[in-house]
Amino acid sequence: MNRHPIVLAAIILTLFAVAGSGLVAFTYTQTADRIERNEREAVLRQLHALVPADSIDNDILTDTVTISAPELMGGEKTLVYLGRKGGQPVAAVFTPVVPNGYGGPIKLLVAVRTDGTLGGVRVISHHETPGLGDKVEERKSDWVYGFNGKSLQDPPLEKWKVKRDGGYFDQFTGATITPRSIVKAVKNTLIWYRDHGRSLFQAESGKGKGKEA
Amino acid sequence: MSNESYGRLIKDGLWSNNQALVALLGLCPLLAVTNSAVNGIGLGLATAAVLTLSNATVSLIRNWVRPEVRLPVFVIVIASFVTAVELSMNAWFHELYKILGIFIPLIVTNCAIIGRAEAFASKNTLGRSIVDGLAMGIGFTLVLATLGSLRELVGQGTLFDQADLMFGPAAAGLTMSVGAGYKGMLLAILPPGAFLGLGFLIALKNVIDQRQAAAAEKAPATEATAQPSAG
Repeated sequence: MNRHPIVLAAIILTLFAVAGSGLVAFTYTQTADRIERNEREAVLRQLHALVPADSIDNDILTDTVTISAPELMGGEKTLVYLGRKGGQPVAAVFTPVVPNGYGGPIKLLVAVRTDGTLGGVRVISHHETPGLGDKVEERKSDWVYGFNGKSLQDPPLEKWKVKRDGGYFDQFTGATITPRSIVKAVKNTLIWYRDHGRSLFQAESGKGKGKEA
Repeated sequence: MSNESYGRLIKDGLWSNNQALVALLGLCPLLAVTNSAVNGIGLGLATAAVLTLSNATVSLIRNWVRPEVRLPVFVIVIASFVTAVELSMNAWFHELYKILGIFIPLIVTNCAIIGRAEAFASKNTLGRSIVDGLAMGIGFTLVLATLGSLRELVGQGTLFDQADLMFGPAAAGLTMSVGAGYKGMLLAILPPGAFLGLGFLIALKNVIDQRQAAAAEKAPATEATAQPSAG
């Protein structure tokens, strides 16, 4: 039998494509559960750093609402994790995006307690200059801890700026833009919470998956 | 195949035909991730794993893949292994996976891998191809680790920072620090530092090679030392 070479070539190529897909499919089934668990745990670890695990008793990963406040939160849609204990609101964790970082968007987690004080702020991802702007990362410096317990009254609203702009918060040597934009984003989150915070927790606990506020 | 030729393969991979320092292949990931020792080792090991697996597979199939489709077949083989390695890293080294990010899938485009498949594995036996893949992979990893260590040390004043991401919590103690007062030289961490560092490493290798060649010339020469580089 003398097949046309191109047919043979196509058959060989197909066999390898099938075998390769098989290998990938097999690896995927072996790792999918673990990857999903890793991702859940990574998010949960970050949330628990801001809202301690023993202060809430709901499943904070699924008890979420989506809000739309592009002017204050950066994105079209912003996910908010809700922490409750015994059905009572404890804290809301916002996921604002800072559009105007020095190197592009900066993703934040901002936890606001029901009394309007900050449970804490974390930078989830950023593209700031290594060694300068990246001090906003928790493991590079303790700058983000400076937000802990702060609110719109402490410091007062007009002091929600970096020191160079006459405000309360530190900037870094060689990097002002990054802290400035993060301070502004945290302030905006607090403002949103002051104006609309009460609407967040209205839906019943545990049934809030994907609802809109 | 004699032991001597295996020794030759190992020496080629680690030194005389080192993919990063001599062949200058795979520079994009090499320059991009070597801002710390752990990142360098992580990507280096992933690359070495893919290189060894793809060399072994290509060698096994070398006799019945038609020449006109051999490159697409190699690419399929490499891409499959890279995806498998990527998923595995995501499952077992999740934090490191997040740091290395896009550079793991980009191992597919590392020319060192398809280079070895085409230039070596498609013409050699399984055993020799595996040894070649291991040697080339480890040689590449060593360069990444050295460059990563240098840049981390100069730029940040630490060594093996975040070692726990790769070797588990017990390795957190591996992290060394120059001292709290050291502010770090930013240049080393930034992209230009990668080019400078690689340049110094290549220069260093060439100096060592020249010294050896000079010494060999003085002594009654027994073996040629110069090795031409592969594309």
